[in-house]
Amino acid sequence: MIEKKVDIAVIGAGPGGLAAAVSAKESGADVLLIERNPFLGGILIQCIHDGFGLHLFDKNYTGPEYAEEMVNRLENAGVPYLTNCMVIDLNEKKELTVVTSKGLMKLIAKAVILAMGCRERTRGALEIPGTRPAGIYTAGVAQNLVNIQNLRIGNDVVILGSGDVGLIMARRLKIEGLNVIRVIEILPYCSGLVRNRVQCLEDYGIPLTLSSTVIDIHGKDRLEAVTMAKVDRDFNVDHDTTEKIDCDTLLLSVGLIPENELSKKAGVNLDNRTSGALVDNFYETSTEGIFSCGNVLHIHDVADYASNEGFFVGEKAAEYAKGKWKHSGGKPVKIGNGISYVVPQYIRNDCNEVELKFRVTQPFENVRIIVKNGDDVVFKKRVLKVIPSEMNILKLKSIDPEKDVEVKIVIIDKNIN
Amino acid sequence: MDKIHDIIIIGAGVVGCALARALSRYKLDVLVLEKEDDVAGSTSKANSGVIHAGYHKKPGSLKATLNVAGHSYFQRLSDELDFPVKFIGKLVVAKKENEIEDLRKLMDRGFKNGVKGLELIDGKQIKHFEPNVNGFAAMHSPVSGITSPYLMCIALAENAHLNGVDFVFDTEVTGISKEKEIFVVQVSNGSIYRSRWLINSAGLNSARVSQMICENDHRMYPCRGEYYITDKVDTLIKRLIYPTPSKDGVTLGIHITPTLDGNILIGPSAEYIERLDDTASTREVMDKLKRESSQFLPPIKEAKFIRNYAGIRAKLFHPSSGVKDADFVIEEDESIKRMINLIGIESPGLTAAPAIAEKVVGIIGEKEALVDDEKFNPERKAPVVFEHLSDDEKARLIEQDPDYGEIVCRCETITKKEVLAALNNPLGVRTLDGVKKRCRAGMGRCQGGFCTPRIVEIMTDEYGISPEEIYKNNESSNMFFGKVKDDREEG
Repeated sequence: MIEKKVDIAVIGAGPGGLAAAVSAKESGADVLLIERNPFLGGILIQCIHDGFGLHLFDKNYTGPEYAEEMVNRLENAGVPYLTNCMVIDLNEKKELTVVTSKGLMKLIAKAVILAMGCRERTRGALEIPGTRPAGIYTAGVAQNLVNIQNLRIGNDVVILGSGDVGLIMARRLKIEGLNVIRVIEILPYCSGLVRNRVQCLEDYGIPLTLSSTVIDIHGKDRLEAVTMAKVDRDFNVDHDTTEKIDCDTLLLSVGLIPENELSKKAGVNLDNRTSGALVDNFYETSTEGIFSCGNVLHIHDVADYASNEGFFVGEKAAEYAKGKWKHSGGKPVKIGNGISYVVPQYIRNDCNEVELKFRVTQPFENVRIIVKNGDDVVFKKRVLKVIPSEMNILKLKSIDPEKDVEVKIVIIDKNIN
Repeated sequence: MDKIHDIIIIGAGVVGCALARALSRYKLDVLVLEKEDDVAGSTSKANSGVIHAGYHKKPGSLKATLNVAGHSYFQRLSDELDFPVKFIGKLVVAKKENEIEDLRKLMDRGFKNGVKGLELIDGKQIKHFEPNVNGFAAMHSPVSGITSPYLMCIALAENAHLNGVDFVFDTEVTGISKEKEIFVVQVSNGSIYRSRWLINSAGLNSARVSQMICENDHRMYPCRGEYYITDKVDTLIKRLIYPTPSKDGVTLGIHITPTLDGNILIGPSAEYIERLDDTASTREVMDKLKRESSQFLPPIKEAKFIRNYAGIRAKLFHPSSGVKDADFVIEEDESIKRMINLIGIESPGLTAAPAIAEKVVGIIGEKEALVDDEKFNPERKAPVVFEHLSDDEKARLIEQDPDYGEIVCRCETITKKEVLAALNNPLGVRTLDGVKKRCRAGMGRCQGGFCTPRIVEIMTDEYGISPEEIYKNNESSNMFFGKVKDDREEG
């Protein structure tokens, strides 16, 4: 058994973990970054489309270019890393068990940064009835098979879900000469970013069918067809609207789930809304000295946001490892009308700065976003449009941590306005 | 093919595999023909894996006696063949007071059938055993257990194979005749196999296969059972949870089964359907499974489901005809000598399988002397399951072989070495589903999302094949259609 001690162990080398490792190291901590894939960069490596780095680097990178930029920073900072190594156990004492090809490693850390990313919702999690043939893939798996393995996964493709990966794969497969029949979305609006809807579907003439879903799957060996039907506002299926679509491939892009199985082993409490850890404004979880950032904490719109979070969390973890502050707990942020989640979920009692990240429950037009601190309105902004696929970030610099913080949406009454 | 086998077994479900293994201890040339790509390819793979105690069926019936007898083989089979069994016990729960009478009848049946340890417990004792389960009273059956239906079939078949039994997959029997006391079996690829004995353990197709040569009026009524499987929820229940059986007596009711790997199975349902191969899941039944299971186990509503699937029971009766049950048919045909039909082997078929096999051996043994094969090896070793080992053992294995140091399936913690072991399985099964059944890679919460691309790579390297030659299961279930782009020149 290999034994090792370190100030900070970072688990996962995607956009969040890479940034966290760099900033922890630059803050003076002794860091080890552990990645289960044979390469650094995580899912970025299979994202060969552009649109990465616009916020962080003011560049329009592809995923691999963005990863390269981050890995350069990692190497410049001199962060040691392991690839092809997987953490299979983590406990509250911050002891990690790592499988490596050189042996089993026991790693004892003063602080741990969780950055394992997320997985995709599968057909099983969606509970779609029907047969179980070959030819049903989640969009990210299809992206790996096509972009990395260079494999043609099918011929006639239906995509269920208008999440960003699904939209990007619709375009990718169309470019590669597959027949992309349509994208089907259960919601009455596209669930991916506006730029992806325009650049991936509209520019390529791929139809998007809203308020519809796949209710049956046909074909015993290889997929032969799916049955699509309209749904009402409460997602009840209208069986008079069924349409059978012949296809041999079904891609699922219906949500990402933060992958927190390891976090649970360390006693980290999770938020039912995000499926990620409950954290305070230093991104410390309920387990002292364990931090979380990136898509394992909550699903981000773009890699840049995950990295930004990672940079902040790396610094905070380094401060903790040096003993600059202690576990606090703190006061829960109140989630008001129209808000689906807020990160962080707690505000520490020793800090009056907080960056609130949140999403709305549904598209709203002409509303006010309001943040209250006790009885005081500390933030108020009128927005013409706000949609769930776009994360809102706002920074508050002088809140009173002894008083409640609440985020809510207030609909502006047209008659009064 | 002029070779004349002593025995051909049609079907490599749990009964066929148990029989192949039971016959492999004798000096006999045994061949198994299977239409699917693997053992447990049809009904057996969708079995809930419950080892029944034997209180359910009518005293004196084959179903009852072979159930109780079959149960007694399991521990030894598990020790010899290294497949998992766990006698976790079962609660048959009465929701209301008026169901207690039904539980008493069940207990009475159990005593008559020779089942040990049955006891009636009250609602308070239910909570003591299973804090999450709601019920008025229950029958506790301590000897009930669980296994993995496909690992059991694989273990039986691999040991049979080790002892000389041949398995031929993707080979459907299309015709049977008898020439000069020798069976001539035609199969889907046009080949012909010959044997002195023919055993029909073709499951759902057993009536049809028997009628290729025998005259009988057995009719199969396919009865579909749908399941849900949850993500790992170790702490929810420890035992099998069953409802008090329905009065129609068709099935055991929708029950809740903890699996060996910490998941929970809900189901199976029971719907009579038209086609023998219609294993599609349906919305109505999926909703019903959730509804009915949550009556006993309310927290199941919060569980994360990772898959739903269905299998089909080979039933010989239809409740609309007023028949409540039909016994197993296990007999040599009256006019076609040395043709043994095993028809209507449904629940408790998996538990009874080892006893059914011995019964068939007995039928053959009555007609001719069976000579022990002194080379028979009763033991078979299962591949290593890395996740089950201690840290020290894990460390030691990685030092021996770095392929244990690469985790391929992250949800189930399956190493590259385990995938390689599955790829090189003794039966020569070379499909993605074959890998999944053998080492669990792809059975977890991401359902193969993260590991499929890597397994495809390992398969193409290990077998020296192209990705287009990789199939999910049979040869119509291809995964890939060539490359997206032509390979670029290296350098």
